[in-house]
Amino acid sequence: MRKIRILLAKPGLDGHDRGVKVVARALCDAGMEVIYSGLHQEPAMIVETALQEGVEGIGLSILSGAHNTIFSKVMALLKEKGISDVVVFGGGTIPQKDRDRLKSLGVGEIFTPGTNTEDIVNYLKKVLETRKESKT
Amino acid sequence: MDTGKKAFGQESKGKGEGASLNRPGNPLDCQSDQDAFRNLSGFVIKPVYGHKDIAPLDVEHDLGGPGEFPFTRGIHKRMYRDRLWTIRQIGSLGSAGEASIRIRNLLAMGATGLNICLDMPTIMGNDSDEPLCEGEVGSCGGVAIDSIADMRQVLDGIDLDRISVNWVCNAQSCVILALFVAVAEERGISSEKLTGTLQNDILKEYQAQKSYYFPPRASMRLTVDIIKYCCHHMPRFNPISISGYHIASAGATPIQELAFTLADGFTYVEEVIKAGIDVDQFAPRLSFFFKAHNDFFENIAKYRAARLIWARTMKEKYKAKKERSWMFRVHTQTSGSSLTAQHPENNIIRVTIQTLSAVLAGTQSLQTNAFDEALAIPSPRAEKLALRTQQIIAHESGVINTVDPLGGSYYLESLTNKMVEEAYRYFEKIEQLGGVIAAIEKGFFQREIADSAYRYQKDVENKRRIIVGLNEYMEDEEEPIELREPDPAFEARKIAELKAFKSQRDQKKVKARIEQIREVAQGKEEFMPLLIEAVKDGLTLGEIIGVMREVFGGYREEAIF
Repeated sequence: MRKIRILLAKPGLDGHDRGVKVVARALCDAGMEVIYSGLHQEPAMIVETALQEGVEGIGLSILSGAHNTIFSKVMALLKEKGISDVVVFGGGTIPQKDRDRLKSLGVGEIFTPGTNTEDIVNYLKKVLETRKESKT
Repeated sequence: MDTGKKAFGQESKGKGEGASLNRPGNPLDCQSDQDAFRNLSGFVIKPVYGHKDIAPLDVEHDLGGPGEFPFTRGIHKRMYRDRLWTIRQIGSLGSAGEASIRIRNLLAMGATGLNICLDMPTIMGNDSDEPLCEGEVGSCGGVAIDSIADMRQVLDGIDLDRISVNWVCNAQSCVILALFVAVAEERGISSEKLTGTLQNDILKEYQAQKSYYFPPRASMRLTVDIIKYCCHHMPRFNPISISGYHIASAGATPIQELAFTLADGFTYVEEVIKAGIDVDQFAPRLSFFFKAHNDFFENIAKYRAARLIWARTMKEKYKAKKERSWMFRVHTQTSGSSLTAQHPENNIIRVTIQTLSAVLAGTQSLQTNAFDEALAIPSPRAEKLALRTQQIIAHESGVINTVDPLGGSYYLESLTNKMVEEAYRYFEKIEQLGGVIAAIEKGFFQREIADSAYRYQKDVENKRRIIVGLNEYMEDEEEPIELREPDPAFEARKIAELKAFKSQRDQKKVKARIEQIREVAQGKEEFMPLLIEAVKDGLTLGEIIGVMREVFGGYREEAIF
């Protein structure tokens, strides 16, 4: 069976990459294939990489407070390119009211500090399986 | 990097009791019950310590008295009896005007020093009007500094003769220093009188915090340039704060923080000596920055080990003769990464324990975190409690009455010894890799830190480490707390202000200055005198860093996880 492929990206100017790296490793340990973009990615670069790599999910790690701007741009670019089957999720210091707002844009889930990595793994498995089932 | 004479406890090397350095104390390996008692560095802690554990300790030689070489017990004879540590809180906020209000509030409440952080665009050397910075202007509780106009506003009302400012800046330190000196000069204060600190520690950026833009060698040139300039013109100012804090925040254990920070420190010493400056001319002004971790005794041992190693190496290897060159002077911040978003009030207790630990470790300066920091930029209430925590420990606990009250404790002395030993093992490893910069280029630190971060996460998830309110003693209900809200209109306002500022300058002068900076970057001359004049002519941070980028090029690390 083909492995689940996930792109993890660190957009914006911030370089605090502890969280994204921990998640990357946890997803690998759970049998997924992870492409980690590295730092300072612009939304267009992220969407481009996601397309090239044919990933099923894009995870954005944002701790700088720039989440509203960056998620909106990524979601708009995906829409522009007609991509609707990629799950977008994220993590960082993102307040509750912003989390609700981001979800209304189509972001699947936002994981905040203190999250168990297993919860992220389970979330991805579940949401991607559901999508596969609804396709077939 | 042969760091000269070894510390006490050399004899105990090879006993095989310690954690291997490849996997420092990997708790995932631990099977037996006693292995459950390990500190954050992974060292196995015994049920009880006695005189045999400190048998290798030569009290005269390895400890000395406080204020005496090798300063294990502290750098001052009377420590806090003469002068309390500096209560140094963060005073920045997005706009320079708001920052100025926050700063004045902190000083009125009894803060005796300041930390000024910068927003992400400023940290990354960009002006607020760069499209790349959209959504990040004024972010992270940092102030947006584009030009001399912002610096004037931030420093408005601060008595620069009396209050020392710690500038949390790194790759762009030369511009921040130029702005600081320029504004002080406008106010009639010459640079010789200025006190404070520039973080200016680029090595830990490549290792951990990742706010770099030039290749390591070019950045090192700027750092050395600043240290040289300060030697000649700013005798009361610390040109660098060699920082373990960020290394630890990225996931490093206390032993890694200790070893990597000191290795960075020795690298700067070697680079400045190579630039032709006598060690005793600059070493007295080198300063450090540590994190106060959760493990109380381990944290204290880390500071004592650092003082011992630094003093011996400066004296014996780098042949420093001045006593001040041997002293490891350190600022501390409590552990932001230990704070939880769940039940944030619990963080008040964590910060209190960490603060007490930093004080018993003999810190010179201290920042306490606000309890709501895992959620937002601190609210005024949280910020006040953080400051009061220091004052209560200082004035009510009695711990300042005597110097190094834990000195002589079997456990603490043994742990100090162990940390010294393990630090030397790391130094050897870094040396084998060709020194700090080569080890950065090989991804050594990045890999070590990522490994520790993942191990810690797994320990928490497997409940090998209990974090109250996070993986044990959880409650479903959270009591709501009031958080600070960012100002959504700030970014547009800042960009408009900057555009107006730029349009009012003498454009010919600006262009000429840019070309002068380019020439210096291409050659070998010193930057600082030119940059001070350039910011007076209105050059912005983004313009100065921009031309340097054109000459120096950028840097991308291999993404390791």
